[in-house]
Amino acid sequence: MTSTPVHTDVTLSSETLAPPETPWQEFWRTFKKDKLALGSTVILIGLLIVGLSGKIFTEWIVVFDTEVVRLPDKFKPPLSTPSQGIIPEQDLPALGLYLLGTDELGRDVFARMLQGSFVSLSIGFVAAGLSMIIGVILGALAGFFGTVKIFKLVSVDTLIMRFTDVMLCIPTFFLILTVVALLPPSIYNIMIVIGLTSWMGNCRLVRAEILALREQDFVQAGKALGLPEHRIIFRHLVPNAMSPVLVSTTIGVATAILTESALSFLGFGAQPPHATWGNILSDGKGFIFDAPWLVMIPGTAIFVVVLAFNLVGEGLREALNPKLRRR
Amino acid sequence: MWAFIGRNLVLRIALLFVVSVLIHTIIHIAPGEPSQVDPSNPRMKPEDIAKIRAAFHLDDPLYLQYAYWLTDLLTGELKSFKDNQPVLGKIWRRFLNSLPLFVCTTLLVWTLAFPVGIHAAVTRGSMFDRTSTFLAYAMISFPGFVLAYILILEIVQFFEIPVIGLRTFGMESASSLFKFMDRIWHLVLPAFVGALGGIAVLSRYVRSQMLEVVNQDYIRTARAKGLEEDTVIYRHALRNALLPFITMFGLLLPGLVGGSVIFETIFAWPGLGRLGFEAILSRDFPVILTLNVFGAALTLVGTFVSDVLYAVADPRIRLE
Repeated sequence: MTSTPVHTDVTLSSETLAPPETPWQEFWRTFKKDKLALGSTVILIGLLIVGLSGKIFTEWIVVFDTEVVRLPDKFKPPLSTPSQGIIPEQDLPALGLYLLGTDELGRDVFARMLQGSFVSLSIGFVAAGLSMIIGVILGALAGFFGTVKIFKLVSVDTLIMRFTDVMLCIPTFFLILTVVALLPPSIYNIMIVIGLTSWMGNCRLVRAEILALREQDFVQAGKALGLPEHRIIFRHLVPNAMSPVLVSTTIGVATAILTESALSFLGFGAQPPHATWGNILSDGKGFIFDAPWLVMIPGTAIFVVVLAFNLVGEGLREALNPKLRRR
Repeated sequence: MWAFIGRNLVLRIALLFVVSVLIHTIIHIAPGEPSQVDPSNPRMKPEDIAKIRAAFHLDDPLYLQYAYWLTDLLTGELKSFKDNQPVLGKIWRRFLNSLPLFVCTTLLVWTLAFPVGIHAAVTRGSMFDRTSTFLAYAMISFPGFVLAYILILEIVQFFEIPVIGLRTFGMESASSLFKFMDRIWHLVLPAFVGALGGIAVLSRYVRSQMLEVVNQDYIRTARAKGLEEDTVIYRHALRNALLPFITMFGLLLPGLVGGSVIFETIFAWPGLGRLGFEAILSRDFPVILTLNVFGAALTLVGTFVSDVLYAVADPRIRLE
């Protein structure tokens, strides 16, 4: 009689102690329910492969030459074959046909799109990554050292958050346009400028999370163990504060790609010889009647990528939201 | 309340000052100067460039240049580098052109986004909800200018709506009713295209806000009392869901300057965005700087108004 309740007690406590699933399993279980986000993830992984192979096959091992000009073959629609006998042997496209047509100089749109996929994706990733890094560092500093005063005048928190307010005041697209137009044209400038003007949201998110986490026991435990402050911030606090930033960074990649295409439209995007989806699109817009594929192909590519990033971002938001998790 | 307003105004003016210093520094440190716009012009001799630089105070230290800009702005003497016209007058004229477009776009966005978002939230999971969600994502993800081009091509062929500029050229002698209708017609397409993206974003916000409110306990209570569904949705749920949109309304104002560059370029609409674009092309520093500061001022005014309105609308918030 007496041994049975003890026995059940033991099993009960061991059941409650064992975590039902790791956070990753929990995340994956919620995320895979969202079929749109799952499909978009697959598309994005495919696109990453396309982007990397674009870098490899158009610049390192030149299989698809982006710069061959074939004037007799200009404005060939997609899937058309090159005119035999006129185009020199070495200038023929790699696959024996123009998979996505040719542009106003007879350049192979497929090769240019392939090259552009790497450039466009890297603009998106670098810009969003930069804005994430700046936002996380500033937000963590503002949240953790909130009350520490510099020169006994202003607190770190006030300083950083007022600077964030200043940056939020400036009309972003206009500022990007101003700086990009004044700087010498280069894709690195575009990435950096987009990154430097879009970190404010991340900074606020991280600060809010860290303000809430700062008073929790594990931070006290870390302090008691004598961990240095940078370790507490970046190893213990920041990983716990990352989930909203992850969502906004995913959507930030999409926004950066759209911003680049808008800059290209105004003539301040990546300059030749760099092909990006944005500048293929804006070069093609002059020929929208004669060669609609020059607008449709890069337009569709941008649309699909941006949509995929947005849907993955929404999926992440659902999966990382603690309110929606345990259902 | 009044103390809050006063303190806030001082803070915002200080912010505006810092913003203007920051933008001034960015513009002047970045390479590219008014004297270099036309470097291949053989008539530009080094002495001419020196003369231009002296006339625009470009050789003075930065803080002096800033002081010149600020005093000129405050006395209304600020002149454009490009054509020596007063900057404030230029901005005011373009502002009057941008305003009708902005008002129409905003009206379209706010009158269309709310019914779509509310209906999607109330009929969650329905065909309408899924379609509108997908369309909203599609609109957000489509580069706006491509959409504008496609719409221009289709709509011009179908409806013969004018798509370029503010008014038809050569209508000066027509009667005023005619001129008025002409201007309205020119507004239709730019306003509609500009509104599409906004409708997509805002209807998503409305939907998620409504969903949040609809699951609250007091909605269940309202239903349990036996109120009609319309009363529950529009009197009890919508009113509470509306609060966050006061903030969004405040963030609208800066769209007057920055948000319109692309669409004003496509539709050749002589508004503020185009003025800024032209100024950037010709390195017209006073215009660029003043426009940026104007945009920042609009943001500050917008957030200030929304803060105050929030306190008026939500009794739980007290401005201390």
